[in-house]
Amino acid sequence: MTVLDILQYPDERLKQSSKTVEIFDQTLKDFVTDLEETRLAGPGAVGIAAPQVGCARRLVIVDVSQLKKPVDNHGYLLLINPEITKWQGMEKGREGCLSVPDYTGNVIRAESIRIRFQNIEGEWIEFDSGGYEARAIQHELDHLDGMLFLDRLVSRRSDLFTRKTYKK
Amino acid sequence: MKKWSLITLVGADQAGIVAQVTQILAADDCELGETSMVRMGGSFSMMLRVRHDDMDLGALLKGICESLNLHLHVDEDVASNCEETDPDVNITVYGADRSGIVAEVTAILADAGLNIIDLETAVAGTADKPIYIMTIEGQALQGVDALTEAAKKISKGIELNIVPIQTLRA
Repeated sequence: MTVLDILQYPDERLKQSSKTVEIFDQTLKDFVTDLEETRLAGPGAVGIAAPQVGCARRLVIVDVSQLKKPVDNHGYLLLINPEITKWQGMEKGREGCLSVPDYTGNVIRAESIRIRFQNIEGEWIEFDSGGYEARAIQHELDHLDGMLFLDRLVSRRSDLFTRKTYKK
Repeated sequence: MKKWSLITLVGADQAGIVAQVTQILAADDCELGETSMVRMGGSFSMMLRVRHDDMDLGALLKGICESLNLHLHVDEDVASNCEETDPDVNITVYGADRSGIVAEVTAILADAGLNIIDLETAVAGTADKPIYIMTIEGQALQGVDALTEAAKKISKGIELNIVPIQTLRA
């Protein structure tokens, strides 16, 4: 197992689109192991995308099951050739990224999504995700198209009134 | 030896203030760090963290301040280290306008552990029925529940929503 180097912006590779994963073999499994090792070595990241370590393939890992404040989740997710097939709602949330150290900013994401992807055996799976996990998935999928959360920043001064509120 | 200063400029709003001021700074190798530049009512305000060689920033900006009628204040040798502090709570407040809303709300929330990172307010509505609107991003040093509990003490007629921010780290 190897902890890989994480690319940081302005590395141009972060702005490139990634290619479809076509071969599901031991090399892929070894890469996934290293990618997860790299995620866990960082400062509490809930996701990582292959292009963040310089591998331009459509593959991400998301795991929001270990947060201090628990959220709905599907545990450890390896999403290969993922695509979002449905979106619903909009919500503002704050995001940071391993590839953009020392900055967090507000981003609008879909509140809930349906995600379709292949697992490590190449089998297609589809399910619904919402809230924080859906946000993490959308953040990671953006990396596959050369998008960073910086491309989606909204001004703090154009505030949206958020929906989940605790009324006084 | 480069050092950091904080420049504050305020004056009547007009097009081109930012471009003219920042061109003068750039021409003398002053590097901008964090800045806030915003129109407030008919005024335009700028606060700029600037990294620069040993020089008199007041003298550098004297001409432009005179031509644009800007008030200038310079705090020299401010801290160079400015790690971002992430907010963990977002608070929105609104109500029929009256004096003392900000004072009342922030005093009650400060007692319950609110450290304000970013606060802005606006006056909306019509002249005879003005509405006061405030948004706050801050740190709930005693937890969000403490703020929610304390908010019950706020006067009727002021609507207040407290939403935790769970920053995504990916």
